[in-house]
Amino acid sequence: MRAFVCVMLAVSAGCATGRAPVTTIPPRTAADSTGSVGLGAVSTPNADPFPSTYAPYPARTTVIRGVNIFTAAGPLIRNGAILLQNGKVAAVGQSVDAPPDAVVIDAAGKYVTPGLIDSHSHLGVYASPGGSALSDGNEATNPTTPHVWAEHSVWPQDPQFPRNLAGGVTTLQVLPGSANLIGGRSVVLKVVPSRTVQGMKFPGAKYGLKMACGENPKRVYQTRGPATRMGNVAGYRSAWIAAEAYRRRWDKWNTDRKGDAPTRDLGNETLAEVLRGNILIHNHCYRADEMAQMIDIAKEFGYRIRSFHHGVEAYKLADVLAREGISGSLWSDWGSFKMEALDAVRANLALVDRAGARAIVHSDDPSGSQRLTQEAAKAMAAGIAAGIPVTEEQAIRWVTINPAWSLGLDDRIGSLEAGKNADVVLWSANPFSVYARPEKVWVDGALLYDRLDRAQHWRTDFELGFVPFDRN
Amino acid sequence: MKSYSRTLRTLILGSTALALTAVPATAQVLAITGGRVFPVSGPPIDGGTVIVTNGKITAVGANLSIPDGAQRIDASGKWVTPGFINSSTQLGVIEVSQVSNTRDMSARGKDNIAAAFTVWEGLNPNSVMLAPARNEGITTVAVLPAGGLVSGQAALLNVVPGTTTDMIIRAPIAMVAEIGDASSAGVSSRGELVVKLRELLEDTRFFQTRRAAYERAETRDFAASRLDLQAMIPVIEGRLPLIITVDRASDIDAALRVAREFNLRIIIGGGAEAWMMADRLAAARVPVLTGAMNNIPGGFAALGQRQENAALLRRAGVAVALIGNAGGGDEEAFNVRNLKQEAGNAVAYGMTWDDALRAVTMTPAEVFGVSNRLGSLQPGRDANVVIWSGDPFEFTTRAERVFINGREYPGMTRQDMLTERYKRLPNTYNTPGVR
Repeated sequence: MRAFVCVMLAVSAGCATGRAPVTTIPPRTAADSTGSVGLGAVSTPNADPFPSTYAPYPARTTVIRGVNIFTAAGPLIRNGAILLQNGKVAAVGQSVDAPPDAVVIDAAGKYVTPGLIDSHSHLGVYASPGGSALSDGNEATNPTTPHVWAEHSVWPQDPQFPRNLAGGVTTLQVLPGSANLIGGRSVVLKVVPSRTVQGMKFPGAKYGLKMACGENPKRVYQTRGPATRMGNVAGYRSAWIAAEAYRRRWDKWNTDRKGDAPTRDLGNETLAEVLRGNILIHNHCYRADEMAQMIDIAKEFGYRIRSFHHGVEAYKLADVLAREGISGSLWSDWGSFKMEALDAVRANLALVDRAGARAIVHSDDPSGSQRLTQEAAKAMAAGIAAGIPVTEEQAIRWVTINPAWSLGLDDRIGSLEAGKNADVVLWSANPFSVYARPEKVWVDGALLYDRLDRAQHWRTDFELGFVPFDRN
Repeated sequence: MKSYSRTLRTLILGSTALALTAVPATAQVLAITGGRVFPVSGPPIDGGTVIVTNGKITAVGANLSIPDGAQRIDASGKWVTPGFINSSTQLGVIEVSQVSNTRDMSARGKDNIAAAFTVWEGLNPNSVMLAPARNEGITTVAVLPAGGLVSGQAALLNVVPGTTTDMIIRAPIAMVAEIGDASSAGVSSRGELVVKLRELLEDTRFFQTRRAAYERAETRDFAASRLDLQAMIPVIEGRLPLIITVDRASDIDAALRVAREFNLRIIIGGGAEAWMMADRLAAARVPVLTGAMNNIPGGFAALGQRQENAALLRRAGVAVALIGNAGGGDEEAFNVRNLKQEAGNAVAYGMTWDDALRAVTMTPAEVFGVSNRLGSLQPGRDANVVIWSGDPFEFTTRAERVFINGREYPGMTRQDMLTERYKRLPNTYNTPGVR
């Protein structure tokens, strides 16, 4: 139980003393000219002090043909073709025109899907090989830590990253853990080799904010509080009250620039960005009754919840989630490991989907993240067994376009349509089969994983010498 | 998941109580006909028949004559296999893993030695975890104790409702020791851990030959209590296998040395890096219980963890029984049922399909010394039989009929009840499924 382990680890976590990554921060376009006030002292909406330095890897124009394509935007295209050009999906359909310079892959009987997206990962913040030195996911020193950013904990040499890519995952949301009521900012990463986390950051992606309901915060802070669920709720509301006041002060100052700038506060700045709609809420919450309360809190303070994570009882509130436009980032079959997870059912995703809410298969687990389509297959089969028809075309959305939406990136990734980023997976067989494996994975049109080309496999620094075999 | 229409029919015909009670076969003789039968002990039989008489398999083959009065079950287009055996679970001894008084898989013991601990004595046969496993084709589980250096004794049980006594096939089937982690065994290093294990084995040997002196209090102090030493005797006599839970190749090597030294029958459990020791394990005829869903170098003892582990071991001639090892989702209790996913992944990572089926049926039966009763479809075996809608390892395949000792237990699981209750929102709080 990763969720459990994360919290337990947090309690005994030492503090990392590593140096900041060496990164050249490009000169910023001055968003404002505050004269005597330095940039770092000003709270600017959508500020980007750790900007992405991601640049796509070299890509070749590629055509995959004779292949079955789950586009996540329509019916399965049997025996179709897809053209990847300039890092984008240039064309997809029954056939495409292959430019003369294109690498042509005949993939009869195989399948293509969009690059998979995991909306709930702790890769890099709970890096392998684990232990307290790499336990950087929970700032469990205070129940409310909106001032921390997951990206500052990410170790790009975590050997779990290349395994994830080999599982067909091209985009991850890395979240802080669930020890805290408000755990900090998440970061959206491309699953690519990089010296720095900035080099993995998805350009232009919004930040998320991790919040957590229920048992974890009240267990971790049992002695100092919150020790109860009512204490949890008081904690969220107190934080939002302070944040709203902060937002007003800064929005006013940013408009009129009169007098001294208010004092900048990292935590309130993040929360104010949520209130402005610039940061998306990702809320760890198991029980239906608690989700309903979190929805009321969001309404009280005027923000929206983008996704409930884990949501083992989402099926009990599926109609409400649909009405409120909240997605469910869910497991196919984890449950029962604690009281708030007791009512897990395998038909959860199918029931949520049927109600009209966005269902997402998330992992919260470095191992499960490599088998997202298998997890989706279990959830699909359970839905069908319960009398809820679910097609493969629906289920593919659970691991592609729906998580893309939860990250605010559905205009760029998550489906195979002309103009979208060429994040593509070629599977050996139908990805909902237990026997299917990714053969090739492209990120922005660049072939970054080829199962048969071991020499080109991404190996992290850590793996050199330590991992005693050639992973495929 | 079970067929709802069938369970609903059961419920409509009878009462809720009926669903919770075993439904005896109407006839003493069952004839499962027309299916693709996988005896495991022999090649598959297309259009085969399995005859079950009074809970035992009495005939398996093609073109069998069906005894008069037999209850016929048409399995045309279906696949028929022995019930699956999950060789490493805590089914019934963990209900809610974060609720401490529902955790009964560990003993305090003395100085991290709890050989006398018989984990099945604390098993809850009313656990709601049993039905989900059974409904997905897991008919038999090994329940292992956990923790400490010597965790205690494991049992093999049928996943049937009733009492623990009804469930037990054999207990104990093995002693369990964990030598992967020094701190959990209360020592400072891996080497010291082995010293401690040796000390226990030596003391057991000494205790065994000096019983009278011990009773007269004329022996020196021992590393373990009287009950623990007594429980270890079958281990040093080679009558009871010792499951050694261990990941690192060098620790497996150490386990093999200790086994040779004391003439133990050992089984490696977990064995993340067992593939690096495959030839030696094969030569020593040491079976391995491992999975195929983990490739995370999750610690310095498991840097070589890989999904090909099971396949590489098998290829070297090691007996492999598959267990859950994904590491995330409760595979010891709630997701004991995911064994079929392990088997499918084992195939995807290099094992033959036949070997994968064997690794969840006949091999565990052999490893635990019960192959005369379980693990294959042969005359004389217990009728633990599953009729699948197709390839049992595929996600879309359902275990349509599950027989244990020739009987079916078609109740709804707690999850089925919740699903039924919340299928229509807003829900009601009546008994789900009862119209």
